[in-house]
Amino acid sequence: MWRYIGRKLFIYLLTFIVAVTINWMIPRFMPGDPVRNMLSRAAINDPEAMASMTAYYEDLFGLDEPLYQQYLNFWVSLFQGDLGISVMRYPEPVTDVIMGSVPYTLGLLLPAILLSWIVGNRFGAFAARSKALDNTVLPVGYVLTATPYMWIALLLSYTLGIVAGIFPTAGGFSYSLRPEFSWVFIYDLISHWFLPFLSMFLVALGGWAIGMRNMIIYELEADYSNYLQALGAPRRLIRRYAFRNAMLPQITGLAVQLGTIIAGSLLTEVVFNYPGLGTLILDSLENRDFFLLQGILLFVVIGVLIANFIIDIIYVLVDPRTRVQMTGGSS
Amino acid sequence: MTLRVNDLKVYYQTLRGDVHALDGVTFDLADGEIMGLAGESGCGKSTLGKSLIRLDSRMRHVGGTIELDDKDVPIADDDAMVPLRYNEISLIPQYAMSALNPTRKIGKMINELLRARGVRPADVTDELHRRLELVGLEPKVLNMFPIELSGGMKQRVVMVISTLLNPSLLIADEVTSALDVSTQRSVAESMVEFRDRGYIKSMIFVTHDISLVYQMADTIMVMYAGHVAEKASASTIINEPKHPYTQMLIGALPEVGSTSTAQGGRLEGIPGTPPGLLNPPTGCRFKDRCPMAFSKCSEQPPLVEIEPGHWAACWKTG
Repeated sequence: MWRYIGRKLFIYLLTFIVAVTINWMIPRFMPGDPVRNMLSRAAINDPEAMASMTAYYEDLFGLDEPLYQQYLNFWVSLFQGDLGISVMRYPEPVTDVIMGSVPYTLGLLLPAILLSWIVGNRFGAFAARSKALDNTVLPVGYVLTATPYMWIALLLSYTLGIVAGIFPTAGGFSYSLRPEFSWVFIYDLISHWFLPFLSMFLVALGGWAIGMRNMIIYELEADYSNYLQALGAPRRLIRRYAFRNAMLPQITGLAVQLGTIIAGSLLTEVVFNYPGLGTLILDSLENRDFFLLQGILLFVVIGVLIANFIIDIIYVLVDPRTRVQMTGGSS
Repeated sequence: MTLRVNDLKVYYQTLRGDVHALDGVTFDLADGEIMGLAGESGCGKSTLGKSLIRLDSRMRHVGGTIELDDKDVPIADDDAMVPLRYNEISLIPQYAMSALNPTRKIGKMINELLRARGVRPADVTDELHRRLELVGLEPKVLNMFPIELSGGMKQRVVMVISTLLNPSLLIADEVTSALDVSTQRSVAESMVEFRDRGYIKSMIFVTHDISLVYQMADTIMVMYAGHVAEKASASTIINEPKHPYTQMLIGALPEVGSTSTAQGGRLEGIPGTPPGLLNPPTGCRFKDRCPMAFSKCSEQPPLVEIEPGHWAACWKTG
């Protein structure tokens, strides 16, 4: 067991290093100069002042050093928890900017992923039960899972937000309010949260329901189900076994889908102008803010890796077969 | 009389029409009888085994009756069959290797199954351990997952589970097909042992391995294309078969201790293939492959008792 976890950790560490390196490379090899971009906002005409300011900022951000030095510096400061200073919101540190957005993204992602997974699985298993239900749920599921995140987001914000006017369509909370711990603010927060959540929930739901429905049907045709039926076991028992066994591929599916879901959440945030990491990525791209972009991607990478690792561990705990193989079964 | 099957007809429904897998099968099975059920692939032997316990969704009961211990077995009514299953009729499936839920410990699965059938697991624990020991397994297998057992061990576990409630009739469907020869023998011996100890009253042993069934069965029934060809005691079938199909089937077996070259000949096969059962031919279904076929064979020969306990369906024997 510990050897298995150790091996997994090693693989995750390698992935982390590669991801961070790529992450460092992308903004630097992107066209556009951030310092010039920043200075152009200041509209300085004197070339001498321009040159000295460029030098000052390049020194400040460490851009005057050779690339390999920048790379090493990046790792050193990474371990000190220093991701640099945001160009876009100068002089705020990148870490602070990100920390302001992370709660929104997590608050959106975690409930959307977990709820859609749980509800989707229940729903799919339920649909596999009857033909009528199966014939209605399945097409709906296919439509949902094939829907692009931003499209359903647009659809929802138009129908429920603009036409029906039930939910606000932009922002994390109303501009007229200030963050505080009061019912008015919490209610406002939730009503802003609901539409982005719903659009992510719906898209993911369809996929899980279809997957589960197929798995359940497969499990109900499996040999052990047939054997139990031949011995007159009630459907309830057989269904329980089938559900549990069908969960295992769904857990793996969750790990595989995680990246897609997170990418989807970033898009959804942009549509709803929700103040999470997705919107922040867009802003930092527009402003050529290397450090911020780098920091956000780093956060996303770490998040995906941690989530995958947790799922790996859960899988081992849930599936006795992997556990037996690790402890070395008798045969 | 334990089991009496009378003119049983079970068809498979397919898009192209009904496949007449069992087309009027009649036989009796006495108390304590182990009957080997032999025949080529597709002759209906597995279908017969399944029909006695549970029809799957494609199988349709078309006609005929089954009586077990003088009570009707309502095979067409799935719900009415539930009380009989496991208690009266039990099955060791063809797929015994994968018959156990892979994610449950074996003991836990057995308990859940027993509780679902209204049996208190504690009441049969001792018996369970005794029987596991009888087939050479330690009680600790109950605390294992199926993946931890070898194929032969799983087979024996399934054997014990299936017979735990002392069913009247046990259907063993190709249970030895996937095993090596020495394991086959021990499985066959345990089955006989189970019968001798009264764990099961009688048994139908579906197989295509006639030499194995000869060693353990009391009687052998040979099926051909959905019909019964011949049924008699095991020694009669092997030594004095009457039906031409049985004769050729036995003739196609190598004899123990003799080499084919010493006899100056190669093993004879049966030329031709069995007829398709989607639109089965009229008359005797073996007539196209039968060297003794004559004009009368265009009518279907009835299954008649040509001597006590020896039944055959052929115009030449009757």
